[in-house]
Amino acid sequence: MRRTPRDSAESSRRMTRRGLLLGGAQIAFAGVLGLRMRHMQVDQADEFRLMAEENRINIHLIPPARGRIFDREGKVIAENEQTYRITMRREDAGDVEDVIGRLSALVDLRPEDVTRALEEMRTSPPFLQVTVADRVSWDAISRVAVNAPALPGVYPEVGLSRFYPQHETFAHVVGYVGPVSERDLARYEDPEPVLRIPRFQIGKVGVEAKFEEQLRGSAGAKRVEVNAVGRVMRELDRREGEAGADLQLTVDSDLQDYIKARLGEESASAVVVDVEHGDVLAIASSPSYDPNKFVRGISTGDYGVLRENNHRPLASKTVQDAYPPGSTFKIVTALAALESGLIHPDETVYCPGHMEIGSRRFHCWKRSGHGHVNLEQSLRDSCDVYYYDLALKVGIDRIAEMGRKLGLGTAPDVPMSAVTAGLMPDRDWKRRERGAEWRIGDTVNASIGQGYVLTSPLQQAIMVARVATGRAVEPRLVRSVGGLQTPSRGGPPLDIDEAHLKLIRKAMFVVSNSRRGTAYRSRIIAEDMRLAGKTGTSQVLNRVVRNQDVPWEERDHALFVNFAPYEAPRIAVSIVVEHGGGGSSTAAPIARDITLQALYKGTPPLDAYPAGDRGRIKEQQEQLAAERARRAAEAGRRA
Amino acid sequence: MSYLEYTVKTVPSGWRKVLYLNWPLIILLTAVACVGFLMLYSVAGGELQPWAEPQMERFGLGLAAMFVTAMVPIWLWRNLSALIYLVSLALLVAVELFGAIGMGAQRWIDLGFMRLQPSELMKIALVMALAAYYDWLPMKRVSRPIWVIAPLILILAPTFLTLTQPDLGTAILLMTAGGLLMFLAGVHWAYFAVVIAAAGGGIYTVFLSRGTPWQLLKDYQFRRIDTFLDPSTDPLGAGYHITQAKIAMGSGGWTGRGFMQGTQSRLNFLPEKHTDFIFNTLAEEFGFVGGFSLLVLYVLVLVFCIVAALQNRDRYSSLLILGIGLTFFLFFAVNMSMVMGLAPVVGVPLPLVSYGGSAMLVLMIAFGLVQSAHIHRPR
Repeated sequence: MRRTPRDSAESSRRMTRRGLLLGGAQIAFAGVLGLRMRHMQVDQADEFRLMAEENRINIHLIPPARGRIFDREGKVIAENEQTYRITMRREDAGDVEDVIGRLSALVDLRPEDVTRALEEMRTSPPFLQVTVADRVSWDAISRVAVNAPALPGVYPEVGLSRFYPQHETFAHVVGYVGPVSERDLARYEDPEPVLRIPRFQIGKVGVEAKFEEQLRGSAGAKRVEVNAVGRVMRELDRREGEAGADLQLTVDSDLQDYIKARLGEESASAVVVDVEHGDVLAIASSPSYDPNKFVRGISTGDYGVLRENNHRPLASKTVQDAYPPGSTFKIVTALAALESGLIHPDETVYCPGHMEIGSRRFHCWKRSGHGHVNLEQSLRDSCDVYYYDLALKVGIDRIAEMGRKLGLGTAPDVPMSAVTAGLMPDRDWKRRERGAEWRIGDTVNASIGQGYVLTSPLQQAIMVARVATGRAVEPRLVRSVGGLQTPSRGGPPLDIDEAHLKLIRKAMFVVSNSRRGTAYRSRIIAEDMRLAGKTGTSQVLNRVVRNQDVPWEERDHALFVNFAPYEAPRIAVSIVVEHGGGGSSTAAPIARDITLQALYKGTPPLDAYPAGDRGRIKEQQEQLAAERARRAAEAGRRA
Repeated sequence: MSYLEYTVKTVPSGWRKVLYLNWPLIILLTAVACVGFLMLYSVAGGELQPWAEPQMERFGLGLAAMFVTAMVPIWLWRNLSALIYLVSLALLVAVELFGAIGMGAQRWIDLGFMRLQPSELMKIALVMALAAYYDWLPMKRVSRPIWVIAPLILILAPTFLTLTQPDLGTAILLMTAGGLLMFLAGVHWAYFAVVIAAAGGGIYTVFLSRGTPWQLLKDYQFRRIDTFLDPSTDPLGAGYHITQAKIAMGSGGWTGRGFMQGTQSRLNFLPEKHTDFIFNTLAEEFGFVGGFSLLVLYVLVLVFCIVAALQNRDRYSSLLILGIGLTFFLFFAVNMSMVMGLAPVVGVPLPLVSYGGSAMLVLMIAFGLVQSAHIHRPR
C-alpha cells in the first residue's frame, strides 16, 4: 500500500517527536542510574567498604598457654601437656567411610566417636575439620603419621591441656580446670571472646578458679580471609597472645605428699603454717581425688563413687568444713580470762567432776574430778570445770572477742573454694540469727569449744600461729604471681599481753611434755624441736558412750593443734580426724609426725622420738616410705 | 520502498555496502563486549575458561551474523517480519508444550553449537512484526480502536506464553517494548493514559484492600509481593543476594578495588557474578569510574540508534531501529536498576556483558537489522 505524501510527512513528524521524547526519557533514566551509582559508590562507599571487610575477614583467636603452678621448691603442681587428636576433613578424604575404616584398623576408635564424627562430617561443610578421636596416645598419632598416604584427609592435631603431675596431692588446693560452661559465661557481664573458643579450659575450683585471670593470659588473634561459605582462603596477619602468669605456691610438695600418706584412709585434714610469714606449707584433706579425671571429663560412674563415699573425698575439709573445736578452744577462753584481768593464773578452782549452774549439771570429762587446778594444770589435764568457772567470770563477749582476735569467726583469706568463716557466737549473733537470748549454759558450752562454736582446721592453725607469735598471722598460699613476690603475711602485733601468751604457750608445752599432760605420749624429745599443743575431742552426738561402741559416723572428732619448736616457734599445725575418737589418741600422734617431718624437711631421725616408741615409729616410717614409692611409681606409669 | 525504488536510488550494492555500515555503532558494541570479556576473565579468577573464551567466540559469531543480516536488504526483512514472528511464536508454543510433556523444564532448542531460547528470538520478532504492521497501516487508522486491538494481540500472545514459563523478566520486557513501540508509531495518547490509569488504579485498589474485609489477595500473596518489592524483608533469602550485590557495588568507591581484587565477587559473596550481577563486579573492581563508563557506552549506543532512526525516512526502518534501541535500553536499564537495588530481581542479563549465548546472538542479529536499515535507507 502506497502512502500519500501528506500521510507520510505527518507520520514522520509524529514519530520524530515521539522518538525524541522517548529517547530523552531513556537518557534521563540512564542519568538516574548514574546518580544512584554515584550515591552508592561515593557517598556510601565507606559504609559498604566496611561491610565488605566484615564479610571477608574473620578473626580466629589463638588460645593462650595457661600459667603453670609450682610449689615452694619449684616442683610442678599444674602444667600444660600436649594432647593429640585425630581430625578429618571430608573434602580431602573422598570416601569418608572407607578412610575411617582404615583408620580404625590402626587406632582404637570408640564406635560412638565414629558415628558422631560421620554424622558431623555429613552435616557440616566439606572443608571443616571434624574431631574423630580426642586425647589419643603419642603411639597412635605416630601410627597415623606413618600411614598418612593411605589416610587422605586425616590430620593429627596438637593441643594443650591441663595436667596435674601430682594427681591427688593438691586436688583440694589448686582444684582443676574444665571447659567453659554456659553457667560460667553467664557469670561474666561481657565474657572475653577467648572463652568462646571450643574446648577452652578455665579454672573451676580452688586456686585455678581464684587466679583465673592471672593464669589465663590473653588470647592472640589471627585475621583470615574467608569466602562466602566460610572456607579460609588465606591468613592476613596474626598477633601472638600472651601466656598466663606462673604461680608459685607456698606449699611444700614433699610435706604435702607425706601428709597424704600419713593420713592414709582416714577422713581427716591437716594444715601446717609457717608462723613467720603465714606461709601455708601443707594443707591436705583426706581422702582426695585425681583432678586430671575432671579435666578429661569425669565419667558419671567415677563421679558417683566420689559423691557417695562417706569419707567425702570431694570436700576440701581444711577450709570448707567447720567443726566444734572442743578443748582446743580452751586456749581462747584462758587467754580471754587472762586479758580481762579477772583471774590470776595461780588461782585454783576445785573440780569435783561436775558443776551446777542454774538447774543444770555440767560434767567434766573426768567424772571423778581433778581436784584443785590452776590455769596451767587446767590446760594440761584439759579440765572442763575450770573453764566453766572462767566462763561465768568472763562472759561470752570477751571470749568471742578473743576468738576473733585469734582469727576465728571470719573466713581466712586464702584463694581456695568455699572457705568457711566458721562461727564465733556471742549475744548479738544469737539474738540476730536465732532470735533467742543468750543463756548462761551457752557460755559454758562455748568455753570448752562445744555448742555453737565452729572452726575450720585452717582457722585452728592460724589461731595457734597467732598464739605462738603474738602477731596477727594470716595464711599466705601464693608466694609469687608471674615472678612477683606477694608480701609476707606475718601480720602486725596482736594487742595481747606477751606475759599472758607466754603462760598459754608454757601450758601447751606442759600438755605435750609433762608426764601428766594429755598429749605426753605424742611428745618430741629432740631438745630443740619440742612441740607445744592442745588436744581436743569434739562431740558429734551429745551422749556419754564409748567411741568403740558406736558406728563410725557417730564417733567424736579428734583434734590437735600445736606449734613447734617451743623455744623458737617456726610452724603451727592443726589436725582434725573426723570420727577419730580422742584428740590425744588419734590426732596427736599424727600431728607429732607431721611436725617432725616439717621441721626436719624430710624423714626425721628416730632419736627425735621417745625411746620406747622408736621401734614402732621405724616400722611406720618404712611402711610410709614404701607406700609413697608405690604411689609415685603409679603416678609415673599413668603419666 | 519497492524493489524498483530501491534499485533506482543510489543505494550501495555488493561489497560496497561494507563502507556504508554504521561503523561507530559497531565499535561501541565491540567496546561493550570487551568490557564483558574483561569481567568474565576477572570473575573466573584470571582465567579465560570457563566464561571469557566462549563468550568471545559467541561474540565473533554474533558479529558475523550481524554482517550477514546487514547485507540483506531491509525490505526483504520487512517482508519476512510476519513470518519470523509466527515462527517465533510457534517455537515458543513448542517449547512450552515439550517442556510440559517430558523434557523437564527445558525452555530452549538445541542448535548443536548453542541453545536458542525462543523467548529471546521473540524480543526481536515482536519489534519486527509491530514495525511492519505500522508501516503497512495508514496513519489515519492508527488510533482507531479496531486497529489498536491487532497489535495488542501481537504483544500479549508472546507475553502470556513467557509469563507461564515463568520468565517474568522477558514478559515485562516484551510488554513494555511492544507498548512503547505502539506509542512511537503514533497511537493516540488517550489509550496510554487509560491503560496507565487503569493499571495504577488496579494496583492501588489491591493494596488498599489489604487488611480490610474485602481484601483481594490472600495474606501470603501480599507477603510474597512484599518480599519481591523489598528483599530486605527476607534477609536470608532474596535479601541476602541483593544486600551482597549492593555491598559489592558500594565498596568499589570512586576508582574501585582494582582489577581482580574485588573481594565480594572473588570470595563468592556476590551471587550470579558472571550473569545477572556482572555489573556489580565491574563496579566493585573499577568503581564509579568503571561503572559510569559502561553506562556512557550504553547511552551512546542508544543515541546512535535514535539518530539513525530519525535520519531514516523509511517508516519500517525507523520503527525497527527505535524498537531495537528500546529493547536494548530496557535490557540494561532493568538489569542495572535490579543490581543497584532500585528494582526487584527479575533475571534480566546485562546486554553484551553477561555470560550467555542466545541473548548475545539475538542482540547482534538485531543490530544487524539496524545496520541493514542504515545501509539501505532511502536517499
